[in-house]
Order: sequence, then structure tokens, then C-alpha cells
Amino acid sequence: MKIEIITPDSNVWSGEIRSVTVPGRKGSFQVLKDHAPIISTLDAGTVTVADEQGSVQHFEITGGLIEVKRNRIILLADGVRQS
Amino acid sequence: MANLKAIRVRLSSVKSTRQITSAMKMVAAAKLRKSQDAIVQLRPFAAKLDEILTGLNSALRDAETENIYAARKQTSGKVLIVVVTSNKGLCGAFNANVVREARRLMAEKYPEQVRRGDLSFITVGKKGNDLLKRMKCNILEEHSELWSALTFEKSALLADRLIGLYLSKEYDTVEIVYNQFKNAAVQRLTTEQYLPVTVAEEGTVDAVVTDYIYEPDQVSIVGELIPKSLRIQLYKALLDSFAAEHGARMTAMHQATDNATELIRELTLQYNKARQASITNQLLEVVSGAEALNG
Repeated sequence: MKIEIITPDSNVWSGEIRSVTVPGRKGSFQVLKDHAPIISTLDAGTVTVADEQGSVQHFEITGGLIEVKRNRIILLADGVRQS
Repeated sequence: MANLKAIRVRLSSVKSTRQITSAMKMVAAAKLRKSQDAIVQLRPFAAKLDEILTGLNSALRDAETENIYAARKQTSGKVLIVVVTSNKGLCGAFNANVVREARRLMAEKYPEQVRRGDLSFITVGKKGNDLLKRMKCNILEEHSELWSALTFEKSALLADRLIGLYLSKEYDTVEIVYNQFKNAAVQRLTTEQYLPVTVAEEGTVDAVVTDYIYEPDQVSIVGELIPKSLRIQLYKALLDSFAAEHGARMTAMHQATDNATELIRELTLQYNKARQASITNQLLEVVSGAEALNG
């Protein structure tokens, strides 16, 4: 499963991952392999990415949008602070 | 015969001018590359946002939804023009072109509003601000500080301000005049209607429509995405203008350097001729002096 985290200023992060947890508008949710296609707006909060080795990374976003489609995730963040 | 010393002084002054213009050219080229990168960075984001928005729009086409950003019945009839220029000069006709276009809009598209005093400007860039001020135009705000370090967050603030002015019905139309970046040598002067949002009549809806889950729901996603795409649109215009400015400056400085080189060549020729002439003169004097003594 591939993810791209993009802001208007830069490509923040991209790579193969096992799971990602995002702060959705209707509550935080996690995306795993073969998730159904979804488009959701995101609130300000923490995006947690777990890569295939299981190591975890956190990104603070100020809001955004996520699209999941056929194991391709695109996360359009308004602004990102890596923490 | 031109004075030897005068030519020498002029030559050295032209040489130092050439040094400055060629240095400015290099700096502009380096900055151009950086600002071009920023445009390239923005592209995937803007493209994806557009794609999602068009997908949603076509899904929502049947459902009658209120779009507060779309055209509405005129309330105040007031027009706001955002004029994007640079803070620094020495970039050819870059700034003058934008201001001329703004004047043209005033004279041709909005003469009514001008007469009623219903046309205002928001300027980004000192040069345009100065020029418009001199013409006694009505300037609402100046945002030249954006150029000191252009980021999306800062441009988003301006975009939100524009959206606010539109939604509060203070202004009915917002237009942006800026230089679009084509390539290093070519800038295209562009006037874009920013608000109300013009909904593109998409002819061909892409065949593959994925069955998405929408969270929270389609209408509120669209409602949230439109201001987002407006922010992107403004940011893109600013980035374009920024890159175009450096392109224009690079071209202008390249030309100035060439002109200086040509001038130096001519002056050197003149200098050598004058030097030769004075040597010949001195020789003649010596020879004729010796002749006279031999008498």
C-alpha cells in the first residue's frame, strides 16, 4: 500500500506503508490494506504512519483531505509539521 | 578629438555597470530556478484537488445545491482588482504591463464602477502599489510583505480575506491581474476572474467513476474544497508572478549586459584611436622640432 503526503509547498513524505491513521472529520480512522475507496476531509491533528517494518512516524497536519483508492493513498495536507 | 581621460573614466564606469548587471542576471537565474521548483511542487497538489472537485461536481450535478461562491444577484456591484507586481524594479516592462492592464480594465470593462467610485484595488508588490497610488486609484490594502518569504500559509490568509470580502457582499467581483510564467523569456499577462467562481462546463466526464465513501458527505466536502481550491488558485498566481518576475529580470539584465559589452567595445576602439592619434601628434612635434634645429 502506497501513500503520498503532499502540501502545496512540498512533497512531505511518500512510501510503502502497512497502515495509516488520520483525523477524519467524523472521527479518527485507520486505513489498512484493501480499504474501500474513500474521500474524507481531515481535521487538524496527527497523522500516524506505520511502514512495512512497523516503525511509526507522526505528522501534525492543520487540516486536509484524504483519498484512498485501490491501495493508493493520497493525503493533501494544508500544512505539516513533522514531530 | 575626444579627451583621453574622459573616455577612460567612461569606460571604467560602463565596465562596473556591466559587472552589476551580469551579477543581477546570475542571481535572477538562480532565483528563477527556485521559484520554478515551487510551481512544480504545487502542481500535483492542485491537480489532485481539481480531480476530486470535478469528480464531486459531476456527482452532485443533479442534486440542486446552493453554491455560495458562484455568481449571485448583484448586491453592491462593487469590483475589487488584485494587482500582482514585484517589490523590486529592473525587470523590464514587467510591472508596467500589469498596471497598464489594470488601467485598461478600468477604462473598458468597469467604467461605470470607476465613475461611482466602486472599484478598489488590493496590491501585492510595491511597484504596482506606487504606480497606482500615483494615479490616485482607490487602494484598499497593500500586501507587499508577501514577497519577503512566500508561503502557502501567508497567501492563504490573503485568499481568505478576499473570500471574506466576497461573502460579506462588500464586493461582487474579484479579479486578479498578474504575469503568468510561460518560460524564462516569456511572461503572459493574465486577468482571471477569482470570484464568483466560474463553474467549468465539463464536456467529458471521465469514464471510470469510482464508488467512493464520502465523509462527512458530498455537499460539505464540496463546500470545504472550494475555498481550498481558491487558496490554491491565488497561491498559484503568486508563484507564477514570482517566477515570471525573475524571468523578466533575467532577460532584462541579459540585455543590459549585452548593451554594456557593445558599449565597451566601441569605447575601447575610440580610446585606442585617440591614444594612437596623440602619439602620432607627439612624434610629429618631435620630428618637426628636430627639423627646425637642423634648419
